[in-house]
Amino acid sequence: MRVRAQIGMVLNLDKCIGCHTCSITCKNVWTNREGVEYAWFNNVESKPGIGYPKDWENQSRWKGGWVRKANGRIEPKIGAKWRVLAKIFANPDLPEIDDFYEPYTFEYAWLQKAPELQAQPSAKPRSLITGEVMNKIEWSGNWEDDLGGEFERRSQDHNFEGIEKEIYGQFEKTFLMYLPRLCEHCLNPSCVASCPSGAIYKREEDGIVLIDQEKCRGWRMCVSGCPYKKIYYNWSSGKSEKCIFCFPRIEAGQPTVCSETCVGRIRYLGVMLYDADRIEEAASVENPQSLYESQLSIFLNPRDPEVRKQALADGVPEEWLDAAILSPVYKMAMEWKVAFPLHPEFRTLPMVWYVPPLSPIQSAAEAGKISAKNGMPDIESLRIPMRYLANMLTAGEEAPIISALKRMLAMRAFMRAKTVDGRLDEGIAQEVGLTALQVEEMYRYMALAAYEDRYVIPTSHREVDENAYHLRGSGGFAFDEPTNGATKTNLFGGAKRTPRKPYMDVPL
Amino acid sequence: MWETVNYLLFGWYPYLAVTVLVFGSILRFDRAQYSWRSESSQFLRRKQMLVGSNLFHLGILVILVGHFVGLLTPIAVFEQFGISHTAKQVMAIAVGGIAGIAALIGCSLLLHRRLFDARIRRSSSIGDILVLTLIWVQLIVGIGSFYWTFQALDGHEMVRFMGWAQGLLTFKPDASNLLMETALVYRLHIVIGLTIFLITPFTRLVHVFSAPIWYLFRPGYQVVRSRRGPSQPVQDPFGGAVSGAVSIGRAQAESAQ
Repeated sequence: MRVRAQIGMVLNLDKCIGCHTCSITCKNVWTNREGVEYAWFNNVESKPGIGYPKDWENQSRWKGGWVRKANGRIEPKIGAKWRVLAKIFANPDLPEIDDFYEPYTFEYAWLQKAPELQAQPSAKPRSLITGEVMNKIEWSGNWEDDLGGEFERRSQDHNFEGIEKEIYGQFEKTFLMYLPRLCEHCLNPSCVASCPSGAIYKREEDGIVLIDQEKCRGWRMCVSGCPYKKIYYNWSSGKSEKCIFCFPRIEAGQPTVCSETCVGRIRYLGVMLYDADRIEEAASVENPQSLYESQLSIFLNPRDPEVRKQALADGVPEEWLDAAILSPVYKMAMEWKVAFPLHPEFRTLPMVWYVPPLSPIQSAAEAGKISAKNGMPDIESLRIPMRYLANMLTAGEEAPIISALKRMLAMRAFMRAKTVDGRLDEGIAQEVGLTALQVEEMYRYMALAAYEDRYVIPTSHREVDENAYHLRGSGGFAFDEPTNGATKTNLFGGAKRTPRKPYMDVPL
Repeated sequence: MWETVNYLLFGWYPYLAVTVLVFGSILRFDRAQYSWRSESSQFLRRKQMLVGSNLFHLGILVILVGHFVGLLTPIAVFEQFGISHTAKQVMAIAVGGIAGIAALIGCSLLLHRRLFDARIRRSSSIGDILVLTLIWVQLIVGIGSFYWTFQALDGHEMVRFMGWAQGLLTFKPDASNLLMETALVYRLHIVIGLTIFLITPFTRLVHVFSAPIWYLFRPGYQVVRSRRGPSQPVQDPFGGAVSGAVSIGRAQAESAQ
């Protein structure tokens, strides 16, 4: 067992109102630059829909994630290392910018500066790549907003697999849910695996996956490698960029920008402990439907004294272990089992998890006929098909999704009985395999969702992790810091150095 | 007068070009690695890229290797293996011809999209267009020179060029005299080639030095970076030793994004 800690995220889709505040604040902070106008480190998709970029979930088309070979080992779906290198001159699996969208702005100034005209002046859209007028905007980052566009196209959504989808095109039967997406900061990232330069790496101390901008050579294999299509090629700088999980904020104990600004308070951040020795094993199980369970199996219980001991030996700070006990992510994923990984079948072991949404019952007119218990409808009568959610969150295995939704319904029934009828009905909790105490805790975390409960982020312990002696006088975060990326040999001679002797206190 | 020009172009210019190539590239790598990238335009326009880029790169690589092997292998080695000058010349024409035409087709496709596709054109620097145009012209001149080569199938011109290249390599700039009598087209080809060397450090061409063959030798697939000192090495999650650096100081860890 080798214990490592990661800051994980859970998004409670049951409460997402699709306001896009997360996307906008993220954009304003991180991608308001030339070359990444089209990039949204965080975006919110309306489901069902083909998403952003188009059809991203279809890995037979984009070749993202991992595949399990006949011998039981896994390799990136774009191919083994030599196959990746063979694609380096032109990558057949690379999306084009039009699969995201051609970025544009409008001639707003013309509205003010236009002379007197026969017709009202209009602000024409102009491409942010060519500067030319775009006669018609064909696609954008959220083109399918709130079920925009015809069902025919949206129904290409990969999560409809195994579902008779035609009926969901009917107005009375249709359903809608939001899916905010960001980099999953996977335990087994396929972007890292497919980067020939070795520029992408996972940070040991908090699990954040970053691209070393100095080392990136723009081979763009990561864009194909990532099954979530959350790596963006900056066409201006020629480097790939991705969600950095707001690491400067996380290090200081603050939530990411998307979480901090979430209006619906749907996001949770907390420490997860996992066994780094079992990553490959967990990602290689044969049945894709077992991947959810296998990922659960490598998460470690922070209350277990053995885990604690090993974690301290492996260098996880004590404060992080305490935070892991309070982690809302651990509670939702492991204790209540209401959160699930997005598309575990990609075998990347993602670390941004989702609570599936409840949905209105099929038909209000038939409401009376629907079997109801404690005033709550039967799970099967919910509008969003179980199979659809299962295709998205558990590789098609419906049982865990049904159990989670039942628990969420039970939480409502329990609290309704408590606050409206004034009775504590332990039976409601027991029916879904929880205790009254757990249900009340669920209510506290998922319904009330106080700031302190949602974000339990220990600060990074630099004073332990690194030698501050090396750091004094350095510039911190910067792109063009003269020392960054510098080779050890200095063409211009460099500074004279003390000959190092054993036990001398000089930097390496 | 012509002797002086010849001496400058083929005795001195090669040293200038190669010196700038070597030191310029090292300087850029050392001082401005952020600018060191392939600058692929495939993301902006996929069309013509799959055929064009593959033909171009594979062709160019064969040609490059062919030139180095052909020019710098001492004549004695060929004689040792009993390869006559004519045989070597014919071999060079065959391999260079096929690779050259492949590269030219590829290069033409790439140049076409670079010049006439609005997206690529607008996002191209002068250097991007200059480099591609120079290489395109170089390919035309190189393939065009076959007309003269067919008139010298005994390889006597080729032997002069080998003598010149090997002379320069052994620091004998006077070897430029060997080129006085050769056809003009070859000399034009050499000057353009040296010019491409000269501008390499200032253009996207530096990406050739970063061909990521080390990827094949990375233990496992994952890369994990730790801030801890070398006393606590980090292991690859797949059991191997850590890939990339064993442990990385703060300055490097922070350099990401």
